[in-house]
Amino acid sequence: MNAVTASATGFLARYEGLTGRLPGDPAPRRAARDILLSAGLPHLREEGWRYTNLAPLGDARFHEALTEASGFTGDDDLPSLGGLSELPRLVFVQGRFSSAQSVLPELASVRSFAANAEFGALANPGRDRLVALNTMLAEDGAIIEVAEGVDAGSLVLISAGRDIHGTPVAFHPRHSIRLAAGARLTLVEMAVGHGQYLHNPVTEIVLGEGAALSHVRLQNEGLAAYHLATVYADIAARATYDSFTLCAGARVARTELLVRLHGTGGHAAINAAQLLRGAQHSDFTTVVRHEAPGCASRQTVKHVLAGRARGVFQGKIEVDRLAQKTDGYQMNQALLLSPDAEIDCKPQLEIFADDVKCSHGATVGELDSEQMFYLVSRGIPQAEARALLVQAFLGEALDMVADEPARAMLDDVISSWWVHEG
Amino acid sequence: MPAIAETLNTVQSVADNGYKWGFETDIEMEFAPRGLNTDIVRLISERKGEPAWLLEWRLAAFSAWQGMEEPVWALLNYPKIDYQDSYYYAAPKKKAGPASLDEVDPELLRMYEKLGIPVSERAILAGVEGAEARPPMAVDAVFDSVSVATTFRSTLAKSGVIFCPISEAVREHPELVRKYLGSVVPPTDNYFAALNSAVFTDGSFVFIPKGVTCPMELSTYFRINAKNTGQFERTLIVCEEGASVSYLEGCTAPMRDENQLHAAVVELVVLDDAKIKYSTVQNWYPGDAQGRGGIYNFVTKRGACRGARSKISWTQVETGSAITWKYPSCVLQGEGSVGEFYSVALTNNHQQADTGTKMIHIGKNTTSTIVSKGISAGHSNNTYRGLVRILPKAAGARNHTQCDSLLIGDLCGAHTVPYIECRNPGAKVEHEATTSKISEDQLFYCRQRGLSQEDAVGMIVNGFCREVLKELPMEFAVEAQKLLAVSLEGSVG
Repeated sequence: MNAVTASATGFLARYEGLTGRLPGDPAPRRAARDILLSAGLPHLREEGWRYTNLAPLGDARFHEALTEASGFTGDDDLPSLGGLSELPRLVFVQGRFSSAQSVLPELASVRSFAANAEFGALANPGRDRLVALNTMLAEDGAIIEVAEGVDAGSLVLISAGRDIHGTPVAFHPRHSIRLAAGARLTLVEMAVGHGQYLHNPVTEIVLGEGAALSHVRLQNEGLAAYHLATVYADIAARATYDSFTLCAGARVARTELLVRLHGTGGHAAINAAQLLRGAQHSDFTTVVRHEAPGCASRQTVKHVLAGRARGVFQGKIEVDRLAQKTDGYQMNQALLLSPDAEIDCKPQLEIFADDVKCSHGATVGELDSEQMFYLVSRGIPQAEARALLVQAFLGEALDMVADEPARAMLDDVISSWWVHEG
Repeated sequence: MPAIAETLNTVQSVADNGYKWGFETDIEMEFAPRGLNTDIVRLISERKGEPAWLLEWRLAAFSAWQGMEEPVWALLNYPKIDYQDSYYYAAPKKKAGPASLDEVDPELLRMYEKLGIPVSERAILAGVEGAEARPPMAVDAVFDSVSVATTFRSTLAKSGVIFCPISEAVREHPELVRKYLGSVVPPTDNYFAALNSAVFTDGSFVFIPKGVTCPMELSTYFRINAKNTGQFERTLIVCEEGASVSYLEGCTAPMRDENQLHAAVVELVVLDDAKIKYSTVQNWYPGDAQGRGGIYNFVTKRGACRGARSKISWTQVETGSAITWKYPSCVLQGEGSVGEFYSVALTNNHQQADTGTKMIHIGKNTTSTIVSKGISAGHSNNTYRGLVRILPKAAGARNHTQCDSLLIGDLCGAHTVPYIECRNPGAKVEHEATTSKISEDQLFYCRQRGLSQEDAVGMIVNGFCREVLKELPMEFAVEAQKLLAVSLEGSVG
């Protein structure tokens, strides 16, 4: 316990050093500090963290003063946008908003957390200690709002990180996305970078009645980075939250999506693919809470694991007593490409209503040797056959990304991953 | 419940809430002082006439237990247990372990008769007790802390089978007990196993030598009778190369407003080509409709498939206990070994069950099957918790898991918590889980054909559990079906 608590000491010292310089009300930050002080960072003995070890985070010494120098601003550090390049975009470098590189949208209101710091009601530092860490140290972030009935089209949100001359840095952006009743938005989030750094974003999403958010997320951080993202989504009646996450980067990553369906007829899709190799570790954890009757949730999560990579999936569907006629579905599939890869999954159902339809499934295995034989016997080289089968496997999840430019961007990431792997 | 079919009917009137085994038997008992300390551990060991090594073993377990914390990860909610407020040893005053059945206290025999347990060899052979002709079954009857009778021992001995109370095995076959005891569930395995290792009193020991197929079903019947006592039994079954046995376990307790603790450990060992089929019908007193009383059932059951092509099959029907915490597991070490887990867990009123299995695949081409059916009614909570772990050397390992939950009423909960950990690409693991309620269509179909609501639900529930019930020995399966119906009483309407 002491060793683990110690891992937060670097962050706590940093907080003390920044006192008076952080934006917004200091009270929630102090409360978050107290949580970290007493409980430290999450550790393996906690049920929700049994598969992801944050101990290395404590060993890494993150750069002290981040508030000013960002270390780089070049466009070279931004991801290739392809079909997304024409869209409005918000660029964050080392967690700070870079207005020079951004193109603001016309139909959505965008403000920065640095100038309008306010902590939302969804994030729960008491339950999620990475959120406490974020609350304590958040300096900037995007506040995106779409007014009632407005279709704001597509928006790209980019985060670029890197170490500064070999010294790792840590940034904790705080984003907030609010769609009023009937509003629509497609948000494409991309996290990229080089070297060792910690990206610990917290995103709070509030969807009004009948609103629709399509949320495409790419996590393609540098291979020495830590990516620890927590996303909260509150979904009102008849609103739709449709998300897809591709995890391909970072040394240690955890994405936690906490979705609450609190109005009748709400709909949530939480799909994901994890593409890992080397010594990568990526944990995709979801909690979908059905609190109102007649809501539906869908999850398809696929893992492709090579090298010594370790994939983790923890998915929980909670059905409240009031949430009759819930329709919950969850599928988790893993493909192990190497003898040293590992998958750990925990798909969970917690059900307190009787008139529900909930199911989950999980499969783990290697490439089907008969399918391989079929392709190879028709003259397709081994490596290409493998690539084809893996892409077909991932296709099932990727096909759920309706937005074409976003889908094309994800396809590019997967093909280039395959070039390295093959 | 290794009871005869009519038992249910004949004792139907005994209890008012459907629990037919809730009577108390007045037997003169000897108790150790209340509470738990090293003196109690020493006293138990002394009463059992144990060798020094076993006392040391118990004391080591006790000291480990004192340093451990009660696990809180299960989805169970119960007041803190005061381990000092219980008796850890309670035995009928008559000499423990009588030499022959004639020496057993007639009051005890009457109790077993009332429960429908065949502890008399003659009656069974004469076919008096069972209406239909049934094959003989050897029974070890454990009453509170001691085994009071073991039947058919001489018949079994002719085949080389050892079937006796474990306290006797410690004396008669120390080399076997010492070799295997704690080899599957080490004394420090978990909180309740450590507690059991320190204070276990009796249980059964089964040894099937090389190449022998046990000539009859073996059965142990556990009965908690005394007030404020915990039951801590220990069962050890060893099948040498090519041997096989089918073993049944049943349990009941009187109805009381207080909670009683039951923390058992069961260890199974199978060598090359050996097979153990272990069936349980757990029917401890579940508490009343308001959730008062009932047994706290914290059990560690684990089997080691040490040999190639060995097999362990767990089948359980869990209808009793206020709290169930139980995960019969298989360690699949031998190449091509097989683990199976078939479970029906039914909770009603305020019962809580957190049960499932662990399948640890270590050897090549090991396979496991898990079929779990959870039924929740009333205000109860029913959780399936299972682990399938494939280790790096387990190439070609296979697992298939199916867990289904059925909810009856809108005040209960059904939960599924599977853990899948795979470290071999050549393994195939499949898991499916569903949660649903009894469909209106099915109910309508039955009602329309003149079945009462309760009979219809009973029938649908039996259909839901069929995959598991068919794994039980035949007469057990009949009992289990009736038990399910009885346990559901009052949950529909």
